[in-house]
Amino acid sequence: MKTTEQLEAKLKRRSKAAKLEIWGRLISLTALMLIVAVVVAIIGFVASKGIATFTSNHVSLWDFLSGKSWNPGVNGANGKPEVGALPMIVGSFLITILSAIVATPFAIGTAVFMNEISPNKGAKILQPVTELLVGIPSVVYGFIGLSVVVPTTRAIFGGSGFGILSGTCVLFVMILPTVTSMSADALRAVPRYYREASLALGATQWQTIYKVVLRAATPGLMTAVVFGMARAFGEALAVQMVIGNAALMPNSLVSPSATLTSVLTTGIGNTVMGSLQNNALWSLALVLLFMSLVFNLIIRLIGRKGRLQ
Amino acid sequence: MNSKTQNKIAIGGLYGIAGLVVLILLALLGYILVSGVPQLSWHFLTAPGKAFLKGGGVGIQLYNSFYLLILAMLISFPIALGAAIYLYEYAKDNWVTTTIRTAIEILSSLPSVVVGLFGFLFFVVKLHLGFSILSGAFALTFFNLPLLTRSIEDSLRTISDVQREGGLALGLSRWETVTRVILPAAVPSILTGVILSAGRVFGEAAALIYTAGQSAPALDFTDWNPFNISSPLNPMRPAETLAVHIWKINSEGIMPDAKAISSGSSAVLVIAILLFNFAARYLGKRLYKRLTSA
Repeated sequence: MKTTEQLEAKLKRRSKAAKLEIWGRLISLTALMLIVAVVVAIIGFVASKGIATFTSNHVSLWDFLSGKSWNPGVNGANGKPEVGALPMIVGSFLITILSAIVATPFAIGTAVFMNEISPNKGAKILQPVTELLVGIPSVVYGFIGLSVVVPTTRAIFGGSGFGILSGTCVLFVMILPTVTSMSADALRAVPRYYREASLALGATQWQTIYKVVLRAATPGLMTAVVFGMARAFGEALAVQMVIGNAALMPNSLVSPSATLTSVLTTGIGNTVMGSLQNNALWSLALVLLFMSLVFNLIIRLIGRKGRLQ
Repeated sequence: MNSKTQNKIAIGGLYGIAGLVVLILLALLGYILVSGVPQLSWHFLTAPGKAFLKGGGVGIQLYNSFYLLILAMLISFPIALGAAIYLYEYAKDNWVTTTIRTAIEILSSLPSVVVGLFGFLFFVVKLHLGFSILSGAFALTFFNLPLLTRSIEDSLRTISDVQREGGLALGLSRWETVTRVILPAAVPSILTGVILSAGRVFGEAAALIYTAGQSAPALDFTDWNPFNISSPLNPMRPAETLAVHIWKINSEGIMPDAKAISSGSSAVLVIAILLFNFAARYLGKRLYKRLTSA
């Protein structure tokens, strides 16, 4: 009797391997949950700090988004603090859109060249060079902007040389490798028989590229461009070094202005935690966070649309 | 215009664009190396910086960069490995997994300055860690986790399911299959991913200026007790890295040779990234050959 009980207990007990399995599963799940917790914490913390301007300092959201003067320490004519973020929002969007407009034809052209026209040279020269440049730190881009681009703009257009134009040049070179290598991936994903079918119908190489390959790769190319825009929008130091850091509405491309990120990097260390000046900066960070979520959503929508076709 | 001439013009244009891009990219690399390499010397790489005088070096910043990199990698690698294993080997394909993947994607697309600000708020202010290597390492971990997780998951994906079925057929549990069969086979590509992400972490500055701080106190390289404030190992001291140093001296530096120091530091950063890239390729190939006897 005793022996059967012992046997039963022995058989019902979890084996060492089964215990290990449960542990392993638990540990890896914990690691995953940790990442999710980090994401939630970042969004939660930045959002709670960011809305403090509106909840505890009673600034209206509309004043914040449409006001043109940024001077959080001073009360404006209407007796309310001057926290108009429009100059920075305009600066960020302007610089992002301009650099994307300049970078897109170059990036897609290069991607087409290395995939369709000269795959040999593409694989040997262009691909390693772009891959390497993707990894170059943004401060290095900023430093080059400061020592090459800014003096050049100053010599051509006069003024200080700092401004949206210099920022656009720096961001253009900075997002070029990223957009190029992602566009090349998109073109690579177009099946070979699309090209063969088009060429067999008597289309020239350019007609094949323009009417077949680029059309088929459109969702991927759009993703690449939006990804580059997201990177340009969130870039802080390289832009801060060349934009001039004057929180004014940009009235020309070569006058000093500011972006959300540049005001954040220069300002957050010089304000006291919990003060209005500080809260206003966190609201800028919240706008930045929100825009990065929007970019993410756009990429997701493009991806879904691409899959349906 | 017939389609043949159109074709010729278009192809010519594409040649022009590609040539221009190569020219821009090579000019960029060339400028960094040509203006920076002449500044490099043993003195420059090892001497401490000087705030007001010429002739300072970047020794402390260089050391800080490596120390932070190693700490950040030590924290982020196990987490990323665990997360990638769960995502690829265990997770079912349902809405929970999709949500988690979205969260990871969001984390990877957050601007690094936002990650840095969160690090400032949470570690520096809330947890009273101050501007310290530890705060910086955590901020870098957040910055690094999504990329590393994705690259490890991609590495796991390259291992064919035959290996998994083989392990399970031998009576191994899933966890044992992963640790004994799948991971060893995936080591070369995981290593490549780790080195490439190390390159990105090494050059990151925006996430660090408000977490690891912007000052580099003098270090005593004979004191290896991590509890002393001047010890290089002390994780609670503020630590300016090389990338932050470039930003700092260009925006508010007052030393007379700021430009030379930035050129030299940029060259060091770029050369380090180059070495990381080559090491990743070389080691990946080498290990793959040795481990698979292919």
